[in-house]
Amino acid sequence: MADLIVLVLLGAVSVASALGLLLSRNAIYAALFLVLNFGVGAVIYLLLNAPFLAVVQVSVYAGAIMVLFLFVIMLLGAERLSPAEDPPGASFQRPLAIGLGAALLGLAAYVLFIRQPAAIAPATPIDSSPTAVGLALFGDYLFPFEVISVLLLVAMIGAVILTRDR
Amino acid sequence: MELYILSPILFPLLGLLINATLGQRISERAISGVATLAAAAAFLMSALMFGQLSGGDARLSATVAPWISAGPLQVSFGFLVDRLSIVAMLIVTGIGALIHMFSAGYMHGDPRFRRYFVYLNLFLASMLVLVMADNFLVMFMGWELVGLCSYLLIGFWFEKLKNAEAGRKAFVVNRIGDVGFVLGLLLIFATFGSFRFDDVFAQAKAQGEALAGAIGLITLLLFIGATGKSAQIPLFVWLPDAMAGPTPVSALIHAATMVTAGVYMMVRAGVLYELSPLTQQIVALVGALTALVAGSSALRQFDIKKVLAYSTVSQLGYMVAACGLGAFIAADFHLLTHAFFKAALFLAAGSVIHGMEHGLHAAHGAHVDPQDMRHMGGLARRMPVTFLVFLLGGLALAGLPPLSGFFSKDEILLEALKHNVLVFALLAASAVITALYVGRQLVLVFAGQPRSAAAAGATESNWLMTVPLIALTIGTALAGLFNFPTTHALTDWLAPVVPHGETPKFMPELAATFTALGLGGLGAAWWLYRRPERRFEEAEAALGRFLAGAWHFDAAYRAVVVKPFYALSTICAQVLDVGLIDGAVNGVGQLFRQAGAALRSVQSGFVRSYGLMMLLGIVLAVAYFVLNAR
Amino acid sequence: MDTTAFVALLSSVLFTIGVLGVLLRRSALLIFMSVELMLNAANLAFVSFAHRWNQLDGQVIVFFVMAVAAAEVAVGLALIVTIFRTKRSTNVDELSALRG
Repeated sequence: MADLIVLVLLGAVSVASALGLLLSRNAIYAALFLVLNFGVGAVIYLLLNAPFLAVVQVSVYAGAIMVLFLFVIMLLGAERLSPAEDPPGASFQRPLAIGLGAALLGLAAYVLFIRQPAAIAPATPIDSSPTAVGLALFGDYLFPFEVISVLLLVAMIGAVILTRDR
Repeated sequence: MELYILSPILFPLLGLLINATLGQRISERAISGVATLAAAAAFLMSALMFGQLSGGDARLSATVAPWISAGPLQVSFGFLVDRLSIVAMLIVTGIGALIHMFSAGYMHGDPRFRRYFVYLNLFLASMLVLVMADNFLVMFMGWELVGLCSYLLIGFWFEKLKNAEAGRKAFVVNRIGDVGFVLGLLLIFATFGSFRFDDVFAQAKAQGEALAGAIGLITLLLFIGATGKSAQIPLFVWLPDAMAGPTPVSALIHAATMVTAGVYMMVRAGVLYELSPLTQQIVALVGALTALVAGSSALRQFDIKKVLAYSTVSQLGYMVAACGLGAFIAADFHLLTHAFFKAALFLAAGSVIHGMEHGLHAAHGAHVDPQDMRHMGGLARRMPVTFLVFLLGGLALAGLPPLSGFFSKDEILLEALKHNVLVFALLAASAVITALYVGRQLVLVFAGQPRSAAAAGATESNWLMTVPLIALTIGTALAGLFNFPTTHALTDWLAPVVPHGETPKFMPELAATFTALGLGGLGAAWWLYRRPERRFEEAEAALGRFLAGAWHFDAAYRAVVVKPFYALSTICAQVLDVGLIDGAVNGVGQLFRQAGAALRSVQSGFVRSYGLMMLLGIVLAVAYFVLNAR
Repeated sequence: MDTTAFVALLSSVLFTIGVLGVLLRRSALLIFMSVELMLNAANLAFVSFAHRWNQLDGQVIVFFVMAVAAAEVAVGLALIVTIFRTKRSTNVDELSALRG
């Protein structure tokens, strides 16, 4: 029960920071809201028995990726943002988007609460230490792991080529 | 063995392959040399086979490969050399070789020299396929192939619209005949279950009575094919126009060989014709009528080749009439002699035209048609060899002894007198007419004074052209010996393979009568045309127009067939095609065009709009799965 | 309400907010951040389900998603920089060359 209370609090912060991202007029603020959101996510991961992912979330997402975002924002000097606005000649964009978003949310809620799946007995917690995750990564998931490494290399080369001065 | 039997076909094929592939790298001399050697080799092989056949072999046959194998329909590429086909093979290859040689001189300097010889070799091979076939279907293949060569060579100088049109006309008219031929072929298969000559003729002999109706229809349909290929009424109109081709082609294809294919086919199928007297009556009458109509039309032509063309139609009428009388051997004999003297006449005419063109060139003078006899005259002195050839060929055509034409025509007339008086009368009349137009042509071309600078400056052709002329003249003079009334060598030779009745006995009084008539015709022609200028308006008179227009067959076809067809085509092209077909096509195009124009506004180019649509799709898909999941 | 359901609901809410960010904002940078938010929302769902079923595979998938996201950010930001060089703007509404 205590877990749930903590989770509700964290959830509130998470949603608030996401809304902050959605409504922010300044790109820097938006990025910082996102960092906050990611940080809250890391704590939730900890509560959900995923300590390895929590650490990766902080270092990769909140750290590396968001720093990259901030770099680019400042590099381009594009921190001032215009408010949300429909594309020219498509005034239905905002109402339709909000309506569809609500529909999506409604569908999720329908699945979660109205069509609840049959309850299953809570199983004994498993070992989810970084050691266990590492063993899984280098065992059953070795091939995808290698593919991901190639993907990262390709992305790196792509980024270099795209931004090269011609 | 097979290769040996096929060699007459293979040599020209080899020649055309060499010329088609290497022809652009080698000289004119080499091209014509290869082609002529190929023809000569084919002649040599035919002669070898002739020796073998006369040595006692009844026949040589070869089946190369199966062609069509479908249930009861079994056709193979079978070839047969027997006493009938060997005669035709010798004519085709022998005269063919001489004309190849003549062409080397005649076509000198033509920009499409190589193509000409490729076509000529192709023709030779095709004609041999026709002649050597051992079944009706392979024969029909050769039949169509020679038709193609004819079309290609008539329109050889296609830059002139007139020539291309002549080629097209020959093609179309021949197709009409071919429809009859094909129907005949279908009926042959339906009746006899085979296309092989041996099977068909054996069955026909065995149960001729029972199948009389079917055989009558078959022979009639085949005869329709023959009226196309051998230029008989009502389909003869293409042959005079076919003179648009090079003159050696006229000599080879449109006088000596291809046009006689119909006659050859009827002689080959003689067994069938023997069994249907009604068809024979029709054939004989059509042949005799053609002889008269075409002969009389030749009387008012001024183009040197047109005269010969109508004459060819007329002589083919003789052969066809002979077939109709059951005198197949006489028909084949006339085919043989006609091949010699008409080829000689055509080549001599070619030599005249060639000389006229040279004269024209030398005179730098006014533009005159080098084929128009009104501009000739007095060429005997300028072109002595050509004159001699033309004279002998003409006298043979007129049927004067002792030249070859006398003997073969005499045989046909004898048969006609014996079997059918009406046919005899028609043929006799056209014999007199023949002498008249031959005399007229000789006088107009060679006698008197030159009537144009071109004629005055004409010169004799070179040895490449005169040697074949002389060779053909020797044949013209001596071919009568093949079936001399006392020996009947050809009759004896063909008797085992061609149906024949009692050979009529030579009648000296008939021969003398027709010799006198022929001489009278020539004399009358000389008397009428000794001052030719007076006669040039004759074509303007009513009878002249009637004859010059070949009894208005062409005009009638134009009015009855061509014009309505054009009108129908115009309706199809301008109303049906534009309105209905194009309308439908354009309508479909317009539909999509307008639909596209209406829909293009959806493609706003805004990424976010696309994203919105994507979300719509996702929501719908998720909703579908969520609400349907059970 | 148990933990899993709550986290899943939270994940849905975050995902929807991310969708709205993509559809409503005009700045390429903000759209991009919203995409990251959506990825993160999906990760949250993965982790909560892995917790619910006591299996490690969900966590491994999240690890891969993070790696892909990193690669995507590298290329995506490079693209934004390149576009900014030519257009002097990060407004995606100006990139309408695909207009029909």
